[in-house]
Amino acid sequence: MQVQYISAFSVVLEVLSRFWPVWVALIIVMGASFAYKKRLALYGQLFDSGVGIVGVGICLFWLFTAIFASTISPFDPLAQVPVMKDMLPGAIEPQSGLVYLFGGDKLARDVFSRMVYGSQIVLIIAPAATGFALMVGITLGLPAGYYGGKIDTVLSFLANLVLAFPVILLFYLLVTPGIMDTPIPYAMAGVFFLFPIIFFSVLFWTRYKNRPDRLYILLGLTLIIGGWIYLGLVFDKDPLHIVHIDPNQLNIFVAVVFASSPGVFRIVRGLVMDIKTRDYVAAAQTRGESPWYIMLWEILPNARGPLIVDACLRIGYTTILLGTLGYFGLGLAPESPDWGTAIKDASRLLRSFIHPALPPTIALMSFVLGLNLLADSLREQSMKD
Amino acid sequence: MLSFIIRRLGTMALTMLCLTMIVFFLINLEPNLKKLAISQTEMHTSAEQLEDWLVNHGYRQNFFVRYGQWLGLLPKQPVTDPATGKPTQRFTFCNDPVVPTFSGVLEGDFGCSTKFKTTVASKLFPALGATGILMFCVLAVMVPVSLLIGILAGMREGSRTDRVLSVASIASTATPEYVSGVIFTVIFASWLGWLNGSAASASQGITFYNFTLPVMTLAIYGIGYIARMTRASMVEVMTQQYIRTARLKGLSFGGVVVKHALRNALIAPFTVIMLQFPWLLTGVVIVEVMFRYQGFGYTLVEAAGNNDIDLLLGCSLVSVFIVLITQLISDVGYAFLNPRIRVQ
Repeated sequence: MQVQYISAFSVVLEVLSRFWPVWVALIIVMGASFAYKKRLALYGQLFDSGVGIVGVGICLFWLFTAIFASTISPFDPLAQVPVMKDMLPGAIEPQSGLVYLFGGDKLARDVFSRMVYGSQIVLIIAPAATGFALMVGITLGLPAGYYGGKIDTVLSFLANLVLAFPVILLFYLLVTPGIMDTPIPYAMAGVFFLFPIIFFSVLFWTRYKNRPDRLYILLGLTLIIGGWIYLGLVFDKDPLHIVHIDPNQLNIFVAVVFASSPGVFRIVRGLVMDIKTRDYVAAAQTRGESPWYIMLWEILPNARGPLIVDACLRIGYTTILLGTLGYFGLGLAPESPDWGTAIKDASRLLRSFIHPALPPTIALMSFVLGLNLLADSLREQSMKD
Repeated sequence: MLSFIIRRLGTMALTMLCLTMIVFFLINLEPNLKKLAISQTEMHTSAEQLEDWLVNHGYRQNFFVRYGQWLGLLPKQPVTDPATGKPTQRFTFCNDPVVPTFSGVLEGDFGCSTKFKTTVASKLFPALGATGILMFCVLAVMVPVSLLIGILAGMREGSRTDRVLSVASIASTATPEYVSGVIFTVIFASWLGWLNGSAASASQGITFYNFTLPVMTLAIYGIGYIARMTRASMVEVMTQQYIRTARLKGLSFGGVVVKHALRNALIAPFTVIMLQFPWLLTGVVIVEVMFRYQGFGYTLVEAAGNNDIDLLLGCSLVSVFIVLITQLISDVGYAFLNPRIRVQ
């Protein structure tokens, strides 16, 4: 059977029109942000520079692509249509009449749909893992920097221990099929996922100690929501069956959090050591505030600038790490559409076909570039103040 | 200064002890031992035979005893042949002792590679040599290029050159090795045909044709980062009073940059370059696998993929050592380069 092709120009047009929900959402959000940028504080200031606009634009583009993935992609990312094996971009699938916009890969799957669905995996795991790493790093970095002494020595030694591991070796040891038979990933998840609950409980406790009406509501909410997610993620025993994570995804998640939280710890510790010499901290100490109140409500808000910049860079770095995991075939399922796995599959066949390799590489690169540009202009804006 | 270095060396030794113990523990988890036994025995062996193999090869001794043996603090015991009852070599292919001997890492014996059927030393050190050549080429490209970019960008902050170069360096930090490797291969090997997409032939002889792509791929990720650090340091130096004084004295802009600014601006990048080594290590693994270059990274992946316990331990020992020693060099070097820093 002869497969028909459409021209390169119509491929471009078709790709652009496929992304229509993204363009609509992008225009609405960017337009609104631009119109109200005066009232949006730091986020609004991003729209003052070209670099900032481009960074926000790229990040939002991939965010909306992940949200609308099922509308954008014409095919199922795992579906194989044997006749489309290794087809060049623009081949028309005979049965449905839809086009393989970026061609087919060696297993006859649509490269375009896989790229679009790949964004979902990256945009769920990378920010979430960064969030947990921030929680762990902040909760441990605050006391290390504030108290100093023994706590600092022990925690810094542990952080340096993890940082001395080359990332790739860490992943080869922690993300293997065998390790999921042992309790290690679950134990680590149990420890890491406890940190957000501790963080928010202490946060609300120190602030509303003397206002029980607020305190009980907030603490109750933290414990119920936190405990519910904790049950679902660590023990897979969510009574409502909403929160669920595959064992191999949990393994990746834990490994990524483990690898990046010492970095956050070091930054937080350095910031706290700098900020604790300020007058307003001394004032709070004189008022007789508790150490944790000072750490969480006096020091942490004043460290937010560098932390936000670091979080942006870190999401990008986590994306690169996820790609590395995919590239070495660690953790993620072999048919998973994430970008790293796609690059691995395609790079083995570069001699014969190059079209399956380019979409995932460019996608990964542009997303990380967007985050880095965002971080750069955030840093510049926060330096102006 | 001396006591500082000694203290750091002590911490380093402690860190290495902890890390090797963790690695040893993780490699010797039950599923990994099972996998090793399956790969080392013939097909269709029963569970009991696998267990026998593990017992016979000494994998069922106490964890700390085995760690001590690997380290060289406890004597390595020969295994008893179940048929004859006499002590025999654990692995015949690497001359294991038949009498109990102290033969661990501290004595210079890295153990026995079950995948390559040879001693770890004879596999690991040639691979390190090959990676050393690659690293040398990468540094020879990366350091001058990134310093030049950083200095040009930081010389006049906010100029058009600065903005273009800054965005370019951000773009390069957003390009991990497996992305740039694919893109370069597509451009230079598939389309233009100038370079070879595989460095497998580089172990026979390094040529421009087969070695440029790996070096380029590895260098590009680091260039952006070092250039940005150099730029930041250069920008800071250019606002100092002594630069203004030199300008007001009537020195030319170029003269000021070369004679006054450069030396002070290059202190910070030195630390950054040293701390790049751990990142380069990950990059080396990716690039060597991608371009099939038989070096350290390739060995590490083979060892991890085949659960080769001693080889993987050797690899992790080497990589952890590199990370720690570069940290030490960067701290000590920083104190030397910048006399204002006094180490306590």
